[in-house]
Amino acid sequence: MLVEVIIEFVQTLAVALGAPLLVGFVRKMKARLQGRRGAPVVQPYRDLRKWLAKDVVLSENTSWIFRFTPYLLVATMLLSALIVPVLTTHTPLGFMGNIIVLMYLFLLGTFFLALAGLDAGSAFGGMGSSRAMAIAALAEPTVMIAIFAIALRAGTTRLDHIIVHYSADGLLVLNPGHLLAFVAFFIVALAETGRLPVDNPATHLELTMIHEAMVLEYSGRYLALIEWAAAMKLFLFLTLLANLFFPWGVAPSLAPAALVVALVVLVAKLSVLATGVALLETALAKLRLFRVPELLSGSFLMALLAVVSFFFVA
Amino acid sequence: MMINETLVLKLLNLTLFCFGLGALASLALARRAPAARWTGHMLALLGAGSVGTLAVAGLAGGTAHWTLSGLLPFGGVVLGIDRLSAFFLLIIAVGGFPASLYALGYTRAYESRHSLGAMACTWNLFLATMTLVVLARNVLTFLVLWEAMSLVSYFLVLTESDHAETQHAGLVYLVMTHAGFACLLMGFLLLAHATGTMDFAHWRAATASLGASTRHAIFILLALGFGAKAGVIPLHIWLPQAHPAAPSHVSAVMSGVMIKLGIYGLIRLGFDWLGIGPAVWGGAILAVAAVSAVLGVLYALMEQDLKRLLAYSSVENVGIILLGIGAGLLFQAYHLPGLAALALLAGLYHTLNHAAFKSLLFMTAGAVVQATHTRHMEAMGGLIKRMPQTALFFLVGSVAIAALPPFNGFFSEWLTFQSLLLSWQIPARDVNLIFALAIAALALTSGLAAACFVKAFGITFLALPRSDQAGQACEVSWVMRAGMALLALACLALGIWPVGVLYALQATIFEMNGAYANLYFDWKTVVANPPFATVAPLLMACALAALLAAIPLALRLRRGRTVRRYYETWGCGRALQTARFEYTSTAFANPFKRVFAFLYRPIKELDIEFHPESRFFVRTIAYRNEVRSVFEEALYQPLIRSTQWIAEQARRLQSGNVQSYLLYILIALVILILLAR
Amino acid sequence: MVSLWRKIWKTPVVTEPFINSDAAAAIEALTRQVEAAAFARLGRSLHIRQVDAGSCNGCELEIGALNSPYYDLEQFGLHFVASPRHADCLLVTGPVTRNMADALRRTYEATPSPKIVVAVGDCAQNCGIFAGGYGVVGPVSAVIPVDIVVSGCPPAPRAILAGILAAMEKPR
Repeated sequence: MLVEVIIEFVQTLAVALGAPLLVGFVRKMKARLQGRRGAPVVQPYRDLRKWLAKDVVLSENTSWIFRFTPYLLVATMLLSALIVPVLTTHTPLGFMGNIIVLMYLFLLGTFFLALAGLDAGSAFGGMGSSRAMAIAALAEPTVMIAIFAIALRAGTTRLDHIIVHYSADGLLVLNPGHLLAFVAFFIVALAETGRLPVDNPATHLELTMIHEAMVLEYSGRYLALIEWAAAMKLFLFLTLLANLFFPWGVAPSLAPAALVVALVVLVAKLSVLATGVALLETALAKLRLFRVPELLSGSFLMALLAVVSFFFVA
Repeated sequence: MMINETLVLKLLNLTLFCFGLGALASLALARRAPAARWTGHMLALLGAGSVGTLAVAGLAGGTAHWTLSGLLPFGGVVLGIDRLSAFFLLIIAVGGFPASLYALGYTRAYESRHSLGAMACTWNLFLATMTLVVLARNVLTFLVLWEAMSLVSYFLVLTESDHAETQHAGLVYLVMTHAGFACLLMGFLLLAHATGTMDFAHWRAATASLGASTRHAIFILLALGFGAKAGVIPLHIWLPQAHPAAPSHVSAVMSGVMIKLGIYGLIRLGFDWLGIGPAVWGGAILAVAAVSAVLGVLYALMEQDLKRLLAYSSVENVGIILLGIGAGLLFQAYHLPGLAALALLAGLYHTLNHAAFKSLLFMTAGAVVQATHTRHMEAMGGLIKRMPQTALFFLVGSVAIAALPPFNGFFSEWLTFQSLLLSWQIPARDVNLIFALAIAALALTSGLAAACFVKAFGITFLALPRSDQAGQACEVSWVMRAGMALLALACLALGIWPVGVLYALQATIFEMNGAYANLYFDWKTVVANPPFATVAPLLMACALAALLAAIPLALRLRRGRTVRRYYETWGCGRALQTARFEYTSTAFANPFKRVFAFLYRPIKELDIEFHPESRFFVRTIAYRNEVRSVFEEALYQPLIRSTQWIAEQARRLQSGNVQSYLLYILIALVILILLAR
Repeated sequence: MVSLWRKIWKTPVVTEPFINSDAAAAIEALTRQVEAAAFARLGRSLHIRQVDAGSCNGCELEIGALNSPYYDLEQFGLHFVASPRHADCLLVTGPVTRNMADALRRTYEATPSPKIVVAVGDCAQNCGIFAGGYGVVGPVSAVIPVDIVVSGCPPAPRAILAGILAAMEKPR
């Protein structure tokens, strides 16, 4: 039991420390696709270190909500990392919550970030909060229907059990319902983590911002925490996509060899997904805000088709 | 442990004694407002506490039967308690106890303007009639008490009857509640006629042999009657008018508790009185529930009036509760008793939770309204600095109602999700797809509820005050804060340690349905339909708290000396920073208004008056962007118009001519004689 | 989209290597306002907020070029941001006009320390051809403390880059 718990904490540590690397990798890939040299992949670590060392300027209008939110964001992401099977399906703390709990933990973070956006009383922050909540709310049905589609095939909503169940299924990726659910979940993951075509993480223009507008007032260590939490969210979503839909390689036991293989496979899967994200971000323009609901309803339809295909085809 | 029957009776007597004495004493002391306020509400507090004890005794297995044969015809007054009644007594206590405490301080503001004696008297009667309604065991007792409850709450709504708005709200409430009562009356009489007994206890055995069409008619009539009280769409229109108009402790209990008695009726109807029904009933309830949940929250999102927002959100939560109950009916129709019990359990748990957080939210909203003298959110803001504790309580309520961990709304919504997800065990594809849509509706609801309460809390409490009143607001009295604090703690406790309530609910549902829910739980984990879904709310809350404590400590270890400095909000270097730059409530909701424009059908008017000399100078700009109520326009307006038309036609009969009236009497007599022949 | 990807595939990395030789001459380092140790805290990461205090937008065009693949300022760990709260460096262009003086001061105040101010262009240095104009308050240094000045009208992107990098490396 003790060993398992330690390995689970190691897993959490992998999420916490690996997340900035993933962000750096996506940025590097994007730079390469744009014909640039780009910042080194370790640049996010340097940014975080710098922000931690910098002074903090707070708005006079803010309350404790503003200061509390960064800590809460990081705490929810670390807690989520305890639940998600990153390297192994042996997650002794995995019983703390199923996939729905995970989605609600993410929503808790979004809720407080939106409050923090309103707290300073600037128009930008309020705009970001309003848009972020609109997108989060409209993405929610897709999330749940995609989860339904997954749960239907796996017969469970526990993340570790889903992976165990799926890895036994050899013809998994040939199942159209499974692929539809994957696409739906992928679009939702892009929306929830603030990537193109929903939100542009590299924008400088306040009026086009969503996530960036909410964090416009943050500085110093608060900003570091928020960026770190955002990186972890991306990491967790991509890990979910990788491990739930392509469950091979996740260590079924705690044998060291299996864990090493799991690590290598995870790195490979995440690299492929991150490259996919970078390719999309290079090829697509940001959608107008009021076109985003169309994208999300499209993804909802795909998730629903995945469910329908289970009942009528399989 | 067996609970002695005499103990239960004593508790019931104590409860009624407290409420009765409270009602009488406050009337007797009506001349001295502070005395009436204290006596009346203290006795209500004691009474509510005694209701809580009675509920615990009932949930622990105490039963009692109480008949007063002389008081009413057709069997007299019959009262009794079982676990389901006891659970709803618990809800009354959860709402009523803190609300009475809160009312001690809150009604002080009414002393100079209204009769405190009447207010405290009706408050006691309100709590007493609600208590008795869930104990009623035959038709007449139930209907009399139900009507008494509606009338007493009507008087409470009319407390501030000097506002025209309140009068209108009271009228709508009165009409809707009596339309519902008419349905109930017809339904009950039909049921009593068909089964040949007025006694609730005999119905379950007697209804099984009824014809399908009679059962359908009974179900439709009673469901309409109870649905009108619960406030499901499209019978909800009284709710957003009456709840804001009432004083806040009354709104708290009306929204948190009274509409739950509609739920109580529906559960009795669907699971007890009519036994196992056809799948259509469950499907209908599920559909109405999904519509109520989504539309309720969508209308809440558009509201600028804080209390109306909360009232619409009650419509939403009734929808969520009914999703559980409708799913339970469907599972029952397909003979899956374990899952039916699970879904019903989810619905009942959410009923209790909603009583806790909605009462809390209405009380905090009342505190805000009392401090700022407005219900309009665009005139609030910055209150977290002026009223820090009220703000914290409102935040707790918001997080709970947005179904976010670790508070109680999350747990019951999680249970509801699991019971809906488990619907794949039903072997009917069309039903499976209906469930898929219900899941989507619940998901959309929870997302929109989160957005709605970001708006409610963010606009009301954060940033800068938008008006002078908001800038001068003060924290409310400690009694009011004590009432809110109790409920905030209840929200946390019900969220992180659900075991006690789960035990009680398992026993309740077993008593009613003879099946336990497919749910395993111990002190730390809850597993729905093992091993389908697990959650460990207590551990999760502890882990979250530990992480929240650990992260700042870790940063402190690592960090060198950094300084925290306060400066103005970044506004691109602009010189002036006022509340006018803040995002408004309307602006916050605007993306939703555009996305759901097909539903809101917003009216947009922009009137610009130019200077007569030049179009470059503007004198006034008037901008109006309102949401239309589809139901009022498409359903109720035609209904009102046709009623008026019929009334006008009927008026022709009333010529004022005595001879023609004599003729009417003669015709009526002849018809009666012919009929009676 | 296929043709786009084909083009992306064919195009090599166009970023030119950065040679810090001739451009360095145009840079003038002023007295430091903050001690050297504070700058060590920044490491190899610098977020820049650009402030146009009244420029003719000549300098902005050159600064905009820094974001292009050819110069690619991100490879040095530099990044333009939207909020001074996120920034470590204010890149100020133009003579400071009366309308912008207050805004510039507020932006400076809104930036958390340690922070660097780089004045870009002749106008920022000494008001250039706008010197003595009725709407001009003065050079950037008249309003906020300046650490590095990059002269030129407008300065070449490479010179601006050299100036920012000098600001990062100067104290060590």
